[in-house]
Amino acid sequence: MCADTAVKPTTAAQGEILLEAHDLARYFDVSKPWLNRVIERSERLTLKAVDGVGFSIRRGETLSLVGESGCGKSTVARLVVGLYGLTRGKLVFDGEDISDLASRTGRQAASVRKRFQMIFQDPYASLNPLWRVGTIIGEPLRFFRPEMSSTDRRRRVGELLEQVGMSAMDANRYPHEFSGGQRQRISIARALANEPEFMICDEPTSALDVSVQAQILNLMRDLQDEYGLTYLFISHDMAVVKHMSDRIAVMYLGRIAEIAPADQLFESPHHPYSKMLLEAVPSLEGAGKERSVIQGEVPNPVHPPSGCAFHPRCPHANARCKAEAPRLIARSDGSEVACHGVEEGRLP
Amino acid sequence: MSSTPSSDNQRLDQRSAAPVAGHEPGTAGQEPVLSVRRLRVEFPTRHGTLVALDDVSFDIAPGEVLGVVGESGAGKSMTGNAVIRLLEPPGRIAEGEIHLSGKRIDNLPEDEFVPLRGRHIGMIFQDPLTSLNPLFSIGDQLVETIRAHLPMNEREAREEALKLLCEVGIPAPESRLDSYPHQFSGGMRQRVVIALALAARPEFIIADEPTTALDVSVQAQILALLKRLCADHGTAVMLVTHDMGVIAETADRVAVMYAGRLIEIGPVDEVVRNPQHPYTKGLMASIPGITKKLERLYQIEGSMPRLAAIPSGCAFNPRCPHAQKRCRDERPDLMPAEGSRAACWLHDPVDPLPPRQDVEGREVSHVR
Repeated sequence: MCADTAVKPTTAAQGEILLEAHDLARYFDVSKPWLNRVIERSERLTLKAVDGVGFSIRRGETLSLVGESGCGKSTVARLVVGLYGLTRGKLVFDGEDISDLASRTGRQAASVRKRFQMIFQDPYASLNPLWRVGTIIGEPLRFFRPEMSSTDRRRRVGELLEQVGMSAMDANRYPHEFSGGQRQRISIARALANEPEFMICDEPTSALDVSVQAQILNLMRDLQDEYGLTYLFISHDMAVVKHMSDRIAVMYLGRIAEIAPADQLFESPHHPYSKMLLEAVPSLEGAGKERSVIQGEVPNPVHPPSGCAFHPRCPHANARCKAEAPRLIARSDGSEVACHGVEEGRLP
Repeated sequence: MSSTPSSDNQRLDQRSAAPVAGHEPGTAGQEPVLSVRRLRVEFPTRHGTLVALDDVSFDIAPGEVLGVVGESGAGKSMTGNAVIRLLEPPGRIAEGEIHLSGKRIDNLPEDEFVPLRGRHIGMIFQDPLTSLNPLFSIGDQLVETIRAHLPMNEREAREEALKLLCEVGIPAPESRLDSYPHQFSGGMRQRVVIALALAARPEFIIADEPTTALDVSVQAQILALLKRLCADHGTAVMLVTHDMGVIAETADRVAVMYAGRLIEIGPVDEVVRNPQHPYTKGLMASIPGITKKLERLYQIEGSMPRLAAIPSGCAFNPRCPHAQKRCRDERPDLMPAEGSRAACWLHDPVDPLPPRQDVEGREVSHVR
């Protein structure tokens, strides 16, 4: 049950680029209704959930997005799969511009959509309770491969269930008969049905207990090794992210603060927010240790601070940080950091 | 579905034969604030009686934080709820005793028990929004709580409320006293909930997943706050959580639960660094770490049994790499094991079970 051969290919970094995101932005209108605005003379309010996020993912690689709630990590995932339309920016998947994916319909959308799949956080909400597991897993097959006979489909569903560590007999049961971990396995089997190349996993284990989480994370790594899957992995749990990722993007209020190879981010984070986040993670190794607690909370994204969004909480902020938003700047060690202090050499 | 009558009887016999445990090591010398003895909670159903907590005993000393961990359904919250008498019917305490500051409280009539809540036992729940009343300002809620428990007039209570808000680190408390819960962020709400729990200076607080709904940076703040306040006031805390990291940083001692039973209890350093029960070992090894780098996480195969199908003997035996015949037949009590106490036959002081070895003669291990 344990394979110490499962060493991840570090060559992933040299692979071709599968997904490129340029300057992604998604704004939401959170204004009050028209009548209230007129009577109360309030202005239109825009929530900039994602504002200028760019990254690329190579084939076979795992890129993780981490950040606290409201930082826009899930919105990025939804933009990538086309559940939300882009306000601004460009998405290129395997050489094809898919920026308009959200507005595509029918076959036009299907040609791209079947190449990537999403796994959601809540395995209770993401499976139709009225359908048998076999129907749930078979649905992508029915949609994308209508020519497949029902016998073939049933056989394929059985294979998929066995691949994720369940029994082919489970196809006849309903989702409520399974535990959280088993449901997440069913979600994964459904996502695998069409042999996708790219999986977007939005907090796949945060609803699960640690021992079950370990099973699901191991399964995801095995599947990656077996099928060369590419993951965009989203989580708020730094330890899980470290375990899963090749590279990590730390997000704060709709922007990327730092992107770096996983090991490097944990060894020598550059951005003050990355440092703070790592510092705040309660760890087993730190039993009984006193830590410096960072003050403040994530500001309301409807009224983000001027300049660098992190400056009110940053111990190194100066006048420039308050006035000017930093851009991501590549460093010689392979990381990209959006911080004036790091750029100017004030911070290591 | 449920355990058969014969196995029930067997368990009863064992219990009555076993000597009643005295004070645990670690709390010796001090009168414990909370003392739970052989607590058993049952849920009678149509299909038989489900045993949600089985023979749970522990003490908490003044100023001590006892972390209670386990997976969902292990009985951690149930233990807290049983102490504060918030069990959902038909759940009931079938056996055992609960003592608060030396006074037995599990058999008190309802009208004598209710005043204990808030006054002597504080409670902090997971979701700060649902534990505050959205229709009253937090000032009103604090004043109401303070006046319900302490002999104070409106003005004194308001001053006390202000002091409490200061203490839990709410900026500009004078202006926030008249704010409503929805005007606070999650972290600030949880601070208010802590202020409410501390309002009557209870000697014991049950914190049930107090930071699960919060972001990590806020979580660190809230835990530091809880720890500092309880140390200052000498309040004992039962910290219920599924997050081992939170326990490692906050608790003094840890109790690990599995299938409604206490399977290991000991000082936090011992249990985290050198776990003795095979389940605790597996649990620790399955947690991805910030500093360790593993290609694969250890996984405990299978899942925790449902209450209706708890195996005989040690509840962990079907998933345990060391399980032997005795584990399937006899239920182990907590036994001294290195620095902690574990309910596992491997640690039987009289006749310890040899750990299973693999083909090369090494002990079957969880950490690979």
